[in-house]
Amino acid sequence: MKLTPYEQSLLEGAEGRGVQKAMEIVVALGRIYGAEDLVEISSAQVAGVSYKNLGEAGLEFLSDWAAQGARVRVPTTLNPAGLDLHNWRQLGFDAAFAAKQQRVLEAFAAMGIPPSCTCTPYLVGNVPARGEHVAWAESSAVSFANSVLGARTNREGGPSALAAAIVGRTARYGLHLDVNRRAQLVVEVRCPVRSLSDFGVLGILVGQQARHRVPYLRGLDTTRLLNWPAGLDLLKTLGAAMAASGAVALYHVEGVTPESDEPDIIAPGAERITVTDLRAGYQALERGEQFALDLVWFGCPHASLAELEEIVRLLNGRRCKVPLWVTMARALRDEAARNGLLQRFEALGGHVVADTCLVVAPMQGLGFRCMATPCAKGAYYAPTHSGMAVHFSSPEACVEAAVTGRWIAEADEKVER
Amino acid sequence: MKRLTGRVIKHGRASGIALVSPEPISFFGMVDADTGIVIEPGHPLVGEQIAGRILVFPTGKGSTVGSYSLYRLAKAGRAPAAIINRESDPIVAVGAIISDIPMVDQVDISQIHTGDWVQIEGGEVVVKDRA
Repeated sequence: MKLTPYEQSLLEGAEGRGVQKAMEIVVALGRIYGAEDLVEISSAQVAGVSYKNLGEAGLEFLSDWAAQGARVRVPTTLNPAGLDLHNWRQLGFDAAFAAKQQRVLEAFAAMGIPPSCTCTPYLVGNVPARGEHVAWAESSAVSFANSVLGARTNREGGPSALAAAIVGRTARYGLHLDVNRRAQLVVEVRCPVRSLSDFGVLGILVGQQARHRVPYLRGLDTTRLLNWPAGLDLLKTLGAAMAASGAVALYHVEGVTPESDEPDIIAPGAERITVTDLRAGYQALERGEQFALDLVWFGCPHASLAELEEIVRLLNGRRCKVPLWVTMARALRDEAARNGLLQRFEALGGHVVADTCLVVAPMQGLGFRCMATPCAKGAYYAPTHSGMAVHFSSPEACVEAAVTGRWIAEADEKVER
Repeated sequence: MKRLTGRVIKHGRASGIALVSPEPISFFGMVDADTGIVIEPGHPLVGEQIAGRILVFPTGKGSTVGSYSLYRLAKAGRAPAAIINRESDPIVAVGAIISDIPMVDQVDISQIHTGDWVQIEGGEVVVKDRA
């Protein structure tokens, strides 16, 4: 691999052991993946923030790396932490866990990374332009950056994104190269896809078929998707679901995403599949079993202000009977507090939970056993990552569940109709 | 004695007794962080001690946290002396780099058996069959 004299000097330790270690990681990954050289990045998104996932091993490493002089040299944002950094006590989180989480964030702060703690950095100011190279971890954010923004990143892991931020470079391979951004799978969608949950289910189904490939979706309602900001939320959930059930880091939607009209965007010999029905996806995500509903969750990926506004509209003045949590970035929560939206939501018994998400928080310690959510990625991970049973349905059905305190199964609804 | 060659992932020199896994390895949840003993139920190496061994396996698997798990083993003095893979994956590679564990991949690991004496130096792997 070709390195510039400056890059070579970092590899040889010219700026200390912390930077050297970062360069070793970036160069080793480049060699593993056959990169010819490095490329400068404009931002990074680092995953591996929750103490629940990092454990003592991760905390030790991050603290040691910071002590060795590792500092980021590009704007860097962080994935969600394991709890709400301000409200953890009221929400019932453990004080010992909170103390460990705080030490993780101190290590990141020492490296120059503020506690943004969101999986939607693109909603809080980390918005790379089309064609910019970045090093992002967090599969749903990777998908959004590549697909909706047209920026270029591979699916970095926590340590590799951090290493890239420390040297300001990543290895040029994979999705940094034009040739790998072409679609290898064409998906003809031949059924209505309307709600947030519909788009999530479509993502789950496409991800299972696409696995590591780049899909190109046709037949979606482009007017709905280009009606921003609501359309962006649909793309956010679609990409997050594909990245969860498959390893999709980039997708194209005909007439919507920026690279979909590039010449030759569909690779020769691309496989073609058709989606005619979403029911199988809904059934696969419905794992509510026999538990009583004790939580309703929106915000996987983290909710936008438009989503919070929509939830308040659906509540229509009615109070929640079971806790209704909306997870979102603290910066957006604060914005909602300034414009009164937060107060309107809280007056109806809702909770905005910032800095964390149910997939990376120690939910079992809070005593919740069964949730309802319209977010496909959250529904996909919650049984294994949070140990919770999940009901999955539309935003309307989930808000009704919060208000009535019980889950009306889809099948029953159809009988009633 | 056999001489094999591979690609250097983490430069270094080490020697020891080989411990060979036919299955991929995740250091996250697989190995007890304090003892270095494999605890993953159903893993072919369950009950084995990895500390100080030349750990040979096809490739890595699992969560990216596995890089940090390897680091913690190294700090506790329970890490393998070196790692040899058929094809390295980013998680184990990053783990070896941050933990200063010599690592080589693209090695024909079918030539190495548990109990063999193995020395690695850079990309050179010397194997002496267990007598």
